[in-house]
Amino acid sequence: MKKLSKDTLMSFVNYGIVILFYIVFQILASTGNLSSTMKGQLIPIVSYVIMALSLNLVVGISGELSLGHAGFMSVGAFTGAVVSTALTDGIPNTVVRLLISIVIAAVMAGIAGILIGIPVLRLRGDYLAIVTLAFGEIIKNVLNCLYVGVDRRGIHFSMNSTGALDLQEGGKVVINGPMGASIMKISSFTCGIVLLLLVLFVIQNLIKSRHGRAIMAIRDNRIAAEACGLNVTKYKLIAFVISAAMAGAAGCLYALNFATVAPKKFDFNTSILVLVFVVLGGIGNMTGSIIAAALLTVLPELLRQFQDYRMLIYAIVLVLVMIATNNEKIRGLIKSIGKKNKQESSGKEAA
Amino acid sequence: MMKKVLSVLVAGVMALSIVACGATNDASANTGADANNNTTADGSLTGTLKLGMIGPLTGGAALYGNAVDHGVQIAVEEINALGTGFQIDYQAEDDEHDAEKSVNAYNQLKDWGAQVIAGTVTTTPCIAVSAEAYSDRMFMLTPSASSTDVTANKDNMFQLCFSDPNQGSASAKYIAENNLATDVAIIYNNSDAYSSGIYQTFVDAAAEVGLNIVSTTTFTDDTQNDFSVQLADIQQSGAELVFLPIYYQAASLIFQQADQIGLDVKWFGVDGMDGILSLEGFDTSLAEGVMLLTPFAADATDDLTVNFVTKFEEKFGETPIQFAADGYDCPYAIYRALEYYAANNGGLDVTDMSNEELCEILISVFTDPGFSCDGVTGLAMSWNAAGEVNKAPKAVVIENGVYVGL
Repeated sequence: MKKLSKDTLMSFVNYGIVILFYIVFQILASTGNLSSTMKGQLIPIVSYVIMALSLNLVVGISGELSLGHAGFMSVGAFTGAVVSTALTDGIPNTVVRLLISIVIAAVMAGIAGILIGIPVLRLRGDYLAIVTLAFGEIIKNVLNCLYVGVDRRGIHFSMNSTGALDLQEGGKVVINGPMGASIMKISSFTCGIVLLLLVLFVIQNLIKSRHGRAIMAIRDNRIAAEACGLNVTKYKLIAFVISAAMAGAAGCLYALNFATVAPKKFDFNTSILVLVFVVLGGIGNMTGSIIAAALLTVLPELLRQFQDYRMLIYAIVLVLVMIATNNEKIRGLIKSIGKKNKQESSGKEAA
Repeated sequence: MMKKVLSVLVAGVMALSIVACGATNDASANTGADANNNTTADGSLTGTLKLGMIGPLTGGAALYGNAVDHGVQIAVEEINALGTGFQIDYQAEDDEHDAEKSVNAYNQLKDWGAQVIAGTVTTTPCIAVSAEAYSDRMFMLTPSASSTDVTANKDNMFQLCFSDPNQGSASAKYIAENNLATDVAIIYNNSDAYSSGIYQTFVDAAAEVGLNIVSTTTFTDDTQNDFSVQLADIQQSGAELVFLPIYYQAASLIFQQADQIGLDVKWFGVDGMDGILSLEGFDTSLAEGVMLLTPFAADATDDLTVNFVTKFEEKFGETPIQFAADGYDCPYAIYRALEYYAANNGGLDVTDMSNEELCEILISVFTDPGFSCDGVTGLAMSWNAAGEVNKAPKAVVIENGVYVGL
């Protein structure tokens, strides 16, 4: 058998981690050993992992600092809310409805990604970071004044008030400005895991593809890449839009797990939270993003016993993790353990 | 080396098995108690109720969450000190005014074994949690989440505060009926569910009662420091009265800035305005003549309020705001409801009752027309099947730095 390259091996490790996570929690749930706290967090964890992966595509692979990723998540969340409500009567099967909602949410977030990406990606460095931040806030504020209703005639939009929607009898207000969307819960853990595997598949294969190599070449040396004839804006846009679409899908999965979702949720803080997942997991490291997003989502809940000092301790943990992962000694230790294992296994093979 | 590992493992397994045995013993003891049926012969209420509270104890809305938490604590202490054999085991969980965290907090309380929830404090998280509670059949009584979305289509969900439509339309009617003004201006926070909820119902009711809305301006959480544009608009429009369906921090700035530009109008607020007099660094003379609809005034002289306010000041060193009063009434409403049920059904022992059973019991009592209870936020409070409370709003005006009933 041809020996797998290190990259291919790592991508299988990532699929393995996700599948293992799924199997473990399915077993725990079916044997009744899963606490309500953990059970309620499964779908948010999956959503945040997808968010972290998609942001890692922009920050780690494309090398652009984006601070407005929550904006795309909210586009997906609210699109998903409207689509799933509009289809409630048409498609009674919740799984099909969820999948359609996620696809449309991803498409809408992707379109938002194109619209924002075209002007933004002409900028570089700090300017790009600040403009993405601004666009994230713009999306939030637009959603704050958006009113959407669904009745038999179709979907109605307004930027003024629910009264301006002019709904027929039996119509339903889906998005009510700052009060957010009211939603039927249809997200499922299994669908989330399938989506996560799909996202992983797309990202990992993109990195290995011709396009991926072009994107990374631009990251490493823009001038050299341009001199080789690569269209910089095009390749950056590809990474940015794919990332936005994935964030939209994550947002849809997230929103449809709660009965309500407000635009306020997707503010600057959420963007930074996802960036923290990416940075702590290691920029450009997909395995790290998965683990960091999952652990850091659960951590505040595990710290509940500390009550008011919870977020303080959370911050201390973040700092400690940051120091630990950047410490030469600790890094050397981890590496030496890895080498030891390799030696052992190769030793066994030889024997 | 191998031996050491093995011995540790064996020790661990043994320790675990001991713990496991202990757990099974406990469980059998519990089932034995359950078999006794949950009734006591004499119609009295006994047992320990596990009451959970969810609210923002940290973060930007912590003021409200902590106020409710403190109010509930006082009520629980009082009920536990009655010596009736009924005790409340109370636990509060933080949600940071976030729907996701709120559902986590709810699940945490469920793992703790909560039987009834007093919460959640703020509206958006409450909508998310009430959907969970509805599918789990967990009874919820929110002290302060006022949107109708909170109770809509959920029979297990009740409000202790007025719903937004009630506040908005009650304000409009009060202004019209008492001829306070005909030309009205509004400033509201359009990034806040509470504020825009009241605004919408106020506008609808204003059209009915013939109020003229001459100026409508908004602000958001991010822009609540400068109101010069809004106030200039009001000055131009010639409004006689400004309706402020907002919280008191923003209102205090509006009063200051209106004073600077010499704007002379009447001000009318809702329950979120309560607390303005105890705001640090605020010149209370600016709030002179402000009218507000509130279910609670800390300087009322009835026994219930005096008792509550003294205890609150003693324990927490501050005057309770309306949220604290709402919180204080929640455990009492639940306690009185259980007492009512026990008296009419030959007693009740709540220890280890499932949340489903308690939910059905409490729904039946709360929707029972014969049930009502007194609290510091209103006398003879009763509830309709939609989960909305029925109590009279009090209109007060601020005179010489204190509330005076209108």
